[in-house]
Amino acid sequence: MSDLEYVIAPPGRLISIDWRELKRYRDLFFVLARRDIAVRYKQTILGIFWAVLQPFVTMVVFTFIFHVIGNVPTQFDAPYPVFLYVGLLFWRYYSETLTGSANSMISNAGLIQKIYFPRLIVPATAATTGLVDFGIGTVILTGMMIYYGYCPSLIGLLIFPLLLACAVICALGMGLFAASLNVKYRDVRHALPFFISTLMFVTPVVYSAQALDKHPIVKVVMLWLNPISGVISSARTALLSHQSVDWRILGVSTLMSALFFVFGLYYFRSAERYFADIV
Amino acid sequence: MTKPVIEIQNISKRYRIGAGKEPYLSLRDEIAKWLSPAAMRARRAQTELWALKDVNFDVSEGEAVGVIGRNGAGKSTLLKILSKITPPTEGRIVMRGRVASLLEVGTGFHPELTGRENIYLNGAILGMSCKEIARKFDDIAAFAEVERFLDTPVKRYSSGMYVRLAFAVAAHLEPEILVVDEVLAVGDMEFQKKCLGKMGEVARSGRTVLFVSHNMAAISQLCSKGAIIDHGRLDYFGSAQDAVKRYMAAISQRNGSIDLIGPTSNADETSDENTGVRFRRVFLTNASGDVCDTFFIGDEACLCFDVEFTKRVKAAQIGFIIRSVTSGNIYHCVTRDAGFHPTDLFGKITFKATFPRLALYPGQYVLTDLSIDTPTETLEFIQNALYFQVAEGGPQVYRRLSSHAAVVHEVPNWRLERDGFHVEGSSGLQETSGVADPERSDVRVGI
Repeated sequence: MSDLEYVIAPPGRLISIDWRELKRYRDLFFVLARRDIAVRYKQTILGIFWAVLQPFVTMVVFTFIFHVIGNVPTQFDAPYPVFLYVGLLFWRYYSETLTGSANSMISNAGLIQKIYFPRLIVPATAATTGLVDFGIGTVILTGMMIYYGYCPSLIGLLIFPLLLACAVICALGMGLFAASLNVKYRDVRHALPFFISTLMFVTPVVYSAQALDKHPIVKVVMLWLNPISGVISSARTALLSHQSVDWRILGVSTLMSALFFVFGLYYFRSAERYFADIV
Repeated sequence: MTKPVIEIQNISKRYRIGAGKEPYLSLRDEIAKWLSPAAMRARRAQTELWALKDVNFDVSEGEAVGVIGRNGAGKSTLLKILSKITPPTEGRIVMRGRVASLLEVGTGFHPELTGRENIYLNGAILGMSCKEIARKFDDIAAFAEVERFLDTPVKRYSSGMYVRLAFAVAAHLEPEILVVDEVLAVGDMEFQKKCLGKMGEVARSGRTVLFVSHNMAAISQLCSKGAIIDHGRLDYFGSAQDAVKRYMAAISQRNGSIDLIGPTSNADETSDENTGVRFRRVFLTNASGDVCDTFFIGDEACLCFDVEFTKRVKAAQIGFIIRSVTSGNIYHCVTRDAGFHPTDLFGKITFKATFPRLALYPGQYVLTDLSIDTPTETLEFIQNALYFQVAEGGPQVYRRLSSHAAVVHEVPNWRLERDGFHVEGSSGLQETSGVADPERSDVRVGI
């Protein structure tokens, strides 16, 4: 008999995260992540090419609508497609992860009702699968930068992983919160797509953060409440210009992402105990 | 090691009907609740349901415990708490050892993935590490007999292959404590035997097993201890044989008789005028002649009618209908069909109609439309005379029978012919229908 001994009792007030247990279940995490990636483009003709096609088409259409017709200016004199693509790259990761993790508890309801494992694994898996698309997107971005003759600064390359980490924890934090709500109130299912499509225009994806200089209040509110906006404008500065990154913006984004993450994590942990009963 | 492997101490689980059972709430409902806290409190008290209440028992190492009880008694809730899927409301459980719980065969199987991928997926879900799965992979594939189809998506598998593969993964878990819920509900009998064999092996190898089943034979064969759960409470905990006996006795003990004299009768009597013939008592008895109202499929059941004739009746016909509460009339039986013609009736007479093998699915049934007729008039007629039920499980049931799946449980004689297809009457069909065109013959069938 192993020495493993544990107690099942009504959940207490104190919420903690059992890191040892998460470590024990890491194989499940990898297997589930692999499942989600493997299943994604099964029985499709274009397969993984979809991950290339979608952002590319979006880029072409948005460039036409916003830049050619709408005269939305670019930043750092960068060609608009590259400028847009940097925004889209992070934005797509963010929106996919948020949607994926918010729906993850519902789509894995069968698992949750029949087997125990740390529930955190499921939304975390959603954050991982988005990374595959992000990786493919990064390759395309590299191609575009070569095509347009851009070479990012060393600092730009170094902070790129930090920006990605910010996007991951921000999206996952909000995703955990949305997932917990979604288990109880399916309103989330209707609210989330609307929220995300609206948020895209309240984030400097198709326009630059500079364009908001005339509206300082909007800019400050956006920066503090929408960490992904700071991530995108920092990414543009880092990749497309030789200016130094505005560390205040980056600092605020990192701080807020971390806060979102901690809040989401604790909310999820406090709600997860009843997931199996109500999902 | 003298400490029990599982200590279940005062476990209770409360569900809020409404909060727990509804598919989901809308935010509006919740806001409405916040607005009137008093109404909420009142409602909460009304809609509480204790799925389990103060359940206590210990399981020692190497014991196999069978958990039995009616549907909705709380067995599955207990297993869910033991598996950590849902927390208890009160009490605590101490577990000593690695637990694997199998509440379903093939949890997490993904139809798009191949057999190989699903073995890894399902294994990881059941708590195996990737290394462990890799080590046992060949054994699993061999046990499931799907080696040739490992790289085929499981959605292309036959249901038999699917279940075999799922069970194979589960069978290769090596937990110290195994918690199993009615997994035998799936698959054919051959497969069920294989499952039972594997479970017996697990139990004999000194591991601890907790097993929920409706199959009493399996419980008494496999388990050393038995626990009966009734309405969320532990009714009995002791040897498996005794538990099974007690459960069978309890289920058939309830009074299945109704007196049709006086105001206590709840049957709807429709014949008012005094015809000199009255039903006095209607009851059901089992094979041993005891009055009871609960049967298992295949049990002998005898319907008894005490009838008082105050007037001499030359010849009469008795009839009744057995109606499923959910599915309508099942049987309409009259004496004449059996070639039985009761004559010269006077005084206190008991009619008995025996079903040697009750072929009804689990569910609620009502004995209704009891009638005594002469060729010219109806002497007595009663509706909704007696309710009885067919319980799940029993000695002749090898799988879980859902009460909605069917009504009549018929067991045909099966056989198999191997020497090619026998073409019978194909020319005769054309001759009789007189239509060569298959489309036109279809139309005729449709009409």
